Amino acid sequence: MTHILSLTTFAPVLGALLILALRGRSDTGKAPLWIALATTLITFGLSILMLAGFDAHGAGFQFVEDAPWFAKVHYAMGVDGISAPFVVLTTFLMPLCILASWTAIEKRLTEYLIAFLILETLMIGVFTSLDIVLFYAFFEFGLIPMFLIIGVWGGKNRVYAAYKFFLYTLLGSVLMLAAILAMISIAGTSSIPALMHYSFAPGVQTVFWLAFFASFAVKMPMWPVHTWLPDAHVEAPTAGSVILAGVLLKMGGYGFLRFSLPMFPLASTMFTPLIFALSAIAIVYTSLVAFRQTDMKKLIAYSSVAHMGFVTMGIFSGTPQGVQGAVFQMVSHGVISGALFLCVGVIYDRMHTREIAFYGGLAEKMPWYAAVFLLFTMGNVGLPGTSGFVGEILTLTGTYGAPTPGATWTVLVAATGVILSAVYALTLYRRTMFGEVTNPKLANILDLSVREVVIFTPLIFGTLVLGVFPNLVFSLTETSVADLIAGWRTVAGG
Amino acid sequence: MDMISVLPTYLPELTLAIGSIGVLVGGAFAGRHALSLVSGIGVLVLVSAAVLQGVAPHAVAFQGAFVSDAAASFAKVAIYLASAVAIFLGERWLSRSGDARFEYPVLILLAALGMGVMVSAGDLIALYMGIELQSLALYVLCAFRRDDAKASEAGLKYFVLGALSSGLLLYGASLIYGFAGSTRFVDIALAAQMGAGHAGVIFGLIFLVCGIAFKVSAAPFHMWTPDVYEGAPTPVTAFLAAAPKLAAMVLFARLLTTSFPNSIGDWRQIIAVISVISVTVGALGGLVQSNLKRLLAYSSIANIGYALLGLAAGSQDGIKGMLIFLALYVVDITGFFACLLALSRQGKPMETLSSLAGLTRTRPGLAFAITIFSMSALGIPFLSGFWGKFFVFQAAVTTPSLVWPAVYGLVMSVVGAFYYLRVVKTMWFDESAGETDAPPADARLIAFGAAAFAFPLVNVGLHWLELFAGTAAKAFGLA
Repeated sequence: MTHILSLTTFAPVLGALLILALRGRSDTGKAPLWIALATTLITFGLSILMLAGFDAHGAGFQFVEDAPWFAKVHYAMGVDGISAPFVVLTTFLMPLCILASWTAIEKRLTEYLIAFLILETLMIGVFTSLDIVLFYAFFEFGLIPMFLIIGVWGGKNRVYAAYKFFLYTLLGSVLMLAAILAMISIAGTSSIPALMHYSFAPGVQTVFWLAFFASFAVKMPMWPVHTWLPDAHVEAPTAGSVILAGVLLKMGGYGFLRFSLPMFPLASTMFTPLIFALSAIAIVYTSLVAFRQTDMKKLIAYSSVAHMGFVTMGIFSGTPQGVQGAVFQMVSHGVISGALFLCVGVIYDRMHTREIAFYGGLAEKMPWYAAVFLLFTMGNVGLPGTSGFVGEILTLTGTYGAPTPGATWTVLVAATGVILSAVYALTLYRRTMFGEVTNPKLANILDLSVREVVIFTPLIFGTLVLGVFPNLVFSLTETSVADLIAGWRTVAGG
Repeated sequence: MDMISVLPTYLPELTLAIGSIGVLVGGAFAGRHALSLVSGIGVLVLVSAAVLQGVAPHAVAFQGAFVSDAAASFAKVAIYLASAVAIFLGERWLSRSGDARFEYPVLILLAALGMGVMVSAGDLIALYMGIELQSLALYVLCAFRRDDAKASEAGLKYFVLGALSSGLLLYGASLIYGFAGSTRFVDIALAAQMGAGHAGVIFGLIFLVCGIAFKVSAAPFHMWTPDVYEGAPTPVTAFLAAAPKLAAMVLFARLLTTSFPNSIGDWRQIIAVISVISVTVGALGGLVQSNLKRLLAYSSIANIGYALLGLAAGSQDGIKGMLIFLALYVVDITGFFACLLALSRQGKPMETLSSLAGLTRTRPGLAFAITIFSMSALGIPFLSGFWGKFFVFQAAVTTPSLVWPAVYGLVMSVVGAFYYLRVVKTMWFDESAGETDAPPADARLIAFGAAAFAFPLVNVGLHWLELFAGTAAKAFGLA
């Protein structure tokens, strides 16, 4: 158990190497897919094993591994209540992504699977690393596989989307790198736990906060730097969209929780009104934009930006409900938006278009699919009983109790987002599912296959179980979030 | 100390000198197999020089003109090994293209000797001798294919501009000698400390800096670089882009830190400005290139800008960062050129960006190697290029006046990212431009070896590299 985190992190790479070794053989058939599926399932198993051994009431980081790497930098790993849910979310979504690619990827399957497995290692590494340099390395290296996934296996406009994704994210990240380097030289350590207890001078905090903000706001993405996301989502293959929405966006929120709040508490307090304003704008504006979309994936992408608005708002509320709600919202959104992209993938695989106008009346032809889609649409809207509800209500109530001036107004504006999300999500559902089948091409469309049912079952369970027993997540996050808030409040007051 | 008792300190250079003259004479009588014979001996000589350097005592010879210390050892081992690789790559390439003349390894040996003298120079005269020996050998190498118009143009251009920069260098050196009364670095420092003609010395320093900036192809003295890189035979470009940069930068560092340790503030401004301009020119200039060698020329201008940032810090950390950066850069750029050497289509080298289209399907191994080198140059972590930048910027952000140049450099690296991404995009996303010839084993070996080092092996070796570079940086006696 001492190396469980390293094992979980690097297990996918081993699978990737195995696939690479098979590469030279001709006629490997579906073998690479089976290997990838087995690898991701084993990784999921390992993460569950980690979760089973996790002490939810223990303070600080657990399963810590620490070995000197070079200079002051260490290879340090560990999880706490905030990172553990994200590790499991990542390993949970990956097998589904592999399954979703089973028939959809027709060219260069080996490379595709290797890119995905490497991406999994990097994503887990982001959440488990306890050294800021190691964190940055995992965070940044992820750009390469994602760039290739969008660019090689993407849609028509894939090159533009891949560039935009890469350059946008890189620009944010280099500013964060500058701040990281300065932090290391000021504090004399690159260990995340040590940096969390180091108090930087107020002026310095402001600069560092802004530099980290540049990176996380792009990753999140927050309005107005969200424009890369719809492009990337539309062009990426289905599984790429799932990972993008399900995990990559969460790195921004995780970054705020892991770095911005504990390391720069004064600056965080100072900039909370800014975050609140941007979140409120994001929720209302992108919801309205989502309503106007004609492409299904783009609609869901904009709805992701809106949902991330709730997350940023909750994180900076500084109340236990708000922060816990934000973490929950991220996990829940990872499941629901991932599921929605898979839903789009189902009909895209059949018809090769995502135009809303192309469809209509699918409920008649694909009743099972319509039921599944309905569930996730409701989750996206935030219907009580689904996981979407818990996150939204908690971030809203949490922010309402926030000590920041203007919090009430923020909640007032953000709450309209709940209605707006119903407007665009239900409209999408109505236009694609209900009515008469007008398009003759849809006459012979098939309902869900067994493979697709297998993909959706865990997601349905996830949405409902988290909606009914949200304590599954809260019991994990409670202690860590309480520590985080206590640390922030002792420095910043309030 | 007499010359014999300090013999081990300059034994590596002596080996090179005797070796190069020996093979020059021997080659004339060797007949048909002269090139491979001389190349084999040349590689042997360089490797033994590197080994001798590894165990060479740290001392000063020739009344301070020749300094052997940890910094010199660090740089020379890298330089000699890189030169050996250049001979290995070039020999096969020349045999294949029908230019099998044995002067190639001889000239590389002479250039290596010049570089050895450069990094050990403790005196303006040794400095000039080292630079000239290296440069003259490189001029000839650039024009090595006599019947190729572009190569001759490159050689001539390099020679004329190089001569100009040598003139600047000499003028600066004479000014310094005039005001300080000595050509030895340490004596110049003493004289400067006593306040001997401060303005004159600084004036001379500026000329010296300009002269060396020419040699490292830092902007605004970079004009020759793209043309020479494009025109010179590819193995020569591979050599030109790697070891001489390391040599000139170490010389630069030694000159500035030993002769002008008390005017760090003065020269830091100059170096920082050159660095900022280089980074800008490198990033923007590369955007419009369609020839890979020209693209790499601009990439090297930008990279020198980053290395100069480490030098500008004028601290032990800064020099350490610069050394790590350049050592990793030498491996990266050699590997990148080895990939270009390995690629040809119907006997013609593939030197344009568009010729790489769809390479992942025709030559997945080489395409993967080029991807690693591009992403490394772009500065993605876990790849060697990032670690070089990591140490340089680490030093720069601790120097208050360099914080903004450092941030600017990082932002410019995003601009430069565009052309590295274009290389990757062309190989991965575009339709294949047709079959390529079977890559020669020698170039492939170097390409794959360098790629494996750039990622992932560098992550294992980083600890040692940091230790060696740290010891080397201490030799300059900075804080």
